[in-house]
Amino acid sequence: MLTRRDTLAIGLGASAVALLPATVYADEAAAQDAIAEFTGGVEPMDGGVNLTAPEIAENGNTVPISVSADGATEIAIFAAGNPTPRVGRYTFGPAAGASTISTRMRLGRTQDVIAVAKMADDSFAMTRVEVKVTIGGCGG
Amino acid sequence: MTEVRPRIRLPRRASAGDSIVVKTLINHTMESGQRRNSAGETIPRQIINRFTCELDGVMVIDAALEGAISANPYIEFEATIPAAGAFVFTWYDDNGDVYTATEEFDYA
Repeated sequence: MLTRRDTLAIGLGASAVALLPATVYADEAAAQDAIAEFTGGVEPMDGGVNLTAPEIAENGNTVPISVSADGATEIAIFAAGNPTPRVGRYTFGPAAGASTISTRMRLGRTQDVIAVAKMADDSFAMTRVEVKVTIGGCGG
Repeated sequence: MTEVRPRIRLPRRASAGDSIVVKTLINHTMESGQRRNSAGETIPRQIINRFTCELDGVMVIDAALEGAISANPYIEFEATIPAAGAFVFTWYDDNGDVYTATEEFDYA
């Protein structure tokens, strides 16, 4: 059943989407699809994941990032503005220490990097950070 | 491609039960499949698509990697260790090659 409040929320969401440039929206949709595939459709909670990335990356070919989430069994990283949104998916085994991962990734342009963590109780947490990219890292 | 040479770094000192930082690096172009050559043809993807680390036969981390991982993929993570043991690292190339490295440690 749609309440008046729901209808208002839908309207607000739709207008927010309409304000975004078309290309960003398409990539964001691809990122959302990739995230939904990782979570099995479960809506991740906001926060609970530490995502460290530079505010400005001069070279998009190698952007250092670190992700940690206490108690996570799995961490997935997505780039909402790359040609394909998936970056890496890390499953922690019984011999893992803290649930933390650091790597270097490519960013084609300024965009949001998104980290999603799967917790031991099968819930999901998500954090996103915008990284400004001076020189894109997708080659020419 | 030049010879693939994995590099592993463990802390100099640690004690049994510690969660230690393990740093790994392997030289690989990680051709993303997004680039084009001078003729305008897409250069086919050739990346390391999977990385695993086991400690004495027990899984530490199993990673699925995509084209968005930088060339010469660097992966840093943590493992809870006994006083002595051996890590086995494995990288899986798109072309079917498998690269392995073993790193023994004894902090006793």
